[in-house]
Amino acid sequence: MNLESALLKYEPIIGIEIHAQLNTKSKAYCGDGNEFGAIPNTRTSPVSLGHPGTLPKFNKEIINHALKLGLALDCEITRWMHFDRKNYFYADLPKGYQITQDKTPICRKGQILIRLENNETKNIELTRIHMEEDSGKSIHDLDPFNTLIDLNRAGVPLLEIVTEPVIRTSKEAYEYVTEIRKLLRYLEICDGNMEEGSMRCDVNISIMPIGSEKFGDRVEVKNLNSIRNVQRSIDYEIVRQAKVLDGGEKVKVETRTFDAPSGKTSAMRKKEAAHDYRYFPEPDLNPIKIEENHLIDIKSKMPALPNELFKKFTENYGLSNYDALVIIEQKEIAQYFEQLVQFTTNFKTAANWVMVNIKSYLNQQAIEINSFPVSAEKMGLLIQMIDENLISNSLANQKLFPEMIKNPNEHPQSIAEKNDWISSDSEEELLSLVTKIIDENPSESERLKNGEKKLIGFFMGKIMKASNGTADPKKIAQILNKSLSQ
Amino acid sequence: MKINKDVISKLARLSKLKFNDDESKLISNDLSKMLKFINQLNDLETKDIDPLIHMNEELNNWREDEIDDVLSQAEALTNSPVKDGTYFKLPKVLDKS
Repeated sequence: MNLESALLKYEPIIGIEIHAQLNTKSKAYCGDGNEFGAIPNTRTSPVSLGHPGTLPKFNKEIINHALKLGLALDCEITRWMHFDRKNYFYADLPKGYQITQDKTPICRKGQILIRLENNETKNIELTRIHMEEDSGKSIHDLDPFNTLIDLNRAGVPLLEIVTEPVIRTSKEAYEYVTEIRKLLRYLEICDGNMEEGSMRCDVNISIMPIGSEKFGDRVEVKNLNSIRNVQRSIDYEIVRQAKVLDGGEKVKVETRTFDAPSGKTSAMRKKEAAHDYRYFPEPDLNPIKIEENHLIDIKSKMPALPNELFKKFTENYGLSNYDALVIIEQKEIAQYFEQLVQFTTNFKTAANWVMVNIKSYLNQQAIEINSFPVSAEKMGLLIQMIDENLISNSLANQKLFPEMIKNPNEHPQSIAEKNDWISSDSEEELLSLVTKIIDENPSESERLKNGEKKLIGFFMGKIMKASNGTADPKKIAQILNKSLSQ
Repeated sequence: MKINKDVISKLARLSKLKFNDDESKLISNDLSKMLKFINQLNDLETKDIDPLIHMNEELNNWREDEIDDVLSQAEALTNSPVKDGTYFKLPKVLDKS
């Protein structure tokens, strides 16, 4: 059985939990530095080590981050909340419990719009977002006889974002995780790096016969370190579960782990007994009340969000959906584009320069747009020069743009003038140039007139050369065609 | 809740303790008495009373996002019975879920 045949018979029901590590300076309940990649066990304190008698103290910035995300996702904000203790025994959890939110998550409901093929969209509804802390890190493969524990991560703040079971395809799951990551980055609350584990995904998936209303038994898949692997693991599970059901068996409710090289999931070894987390209200932290002016303050600091920019770029600037999506993919690029359109109203051309020339330069140099030397204003001037036919598009692309990168402070027009790149493109001048070249090459022009099309290149080359490369090839081609057909 | 052998063995497992049969009986007795004592609270009418989540009424007792009180690596590892200078060491754990 393959995916296609499985989907003819069964409908997948998918829900996703995302854990986002917040990029606060310090940890959730104590002042240890929150920093990925530090030397092991150098970001700890008596609180994060779980020493007796220590008390947690809550980091206010986590509330600010959670409120930003909650507002961006259109959630209901819980105004009065407390923390809960989730008890379990594991070596990388020194306290023996995780401080989390069980009964009063800071955000409830909410939704995010995802884009699918053929301009279709879908709202993915959320159940909740709550605040909690990360555990330390267990390292199983460094020492053959021991498990090693690094507690730098113990107590790092997390937001857990939980969807309703509304996702139906692996593609929707892919787009959902992509959108959430984009949003976390726009809000600058999490770097969204799945490989380093600063954003982690667990997928809940079950299948049921098409037409059924009762969800099947579900499996939780962990260890997904890229968005692509989220998609792959779902496709694998759909087929695996379909085979189990077709074989007349039941899908086992279990946690499975994804192995990226093989693309397969396998059951994780079962704990001897089911979890019993014995949740109860956390006595060491006072409850939180969100005041109205706190919320207003956060609202006033919200950046423009990807879906708002998409709407603006497509509706106000007339960009295609594709172009708009490419530009909003990264906040800083979108911001640059927003600056650029302050200096030109030729939105489509501006989008092209950003998407093609600037982006390929950034890729080539492996730098971010913040290090791109040419200001949006200067790029605007360049586009203006093209619009006013002061320079040909090809010269602007191939010569002037690279030169502007080398001399970012110089006015593009003065660079063009110095190098003699200013177009002499009045129709008249071009026409006389074309006529001159035709007259100088009578036999070739006769052959071209008689249908030897490959000679167009010969003439184009001669004319471009005669114009010192300043002429616009498109225009020359037009004039050449006209002259020869007369 | 009735305190029987199953409850005791579950509690023992969750708290990583081991009891023999005699101890089990003893603890079962003690726990039953404690539960009976606590269960007196069920006689109170609490329908219109909010649960007491916290012992004082203070709210928003938070701190600014600043780094302080970090231990050195050597200090952090001081109380670890087994360590290698960089990590806390423990017997190999195979099951991580």
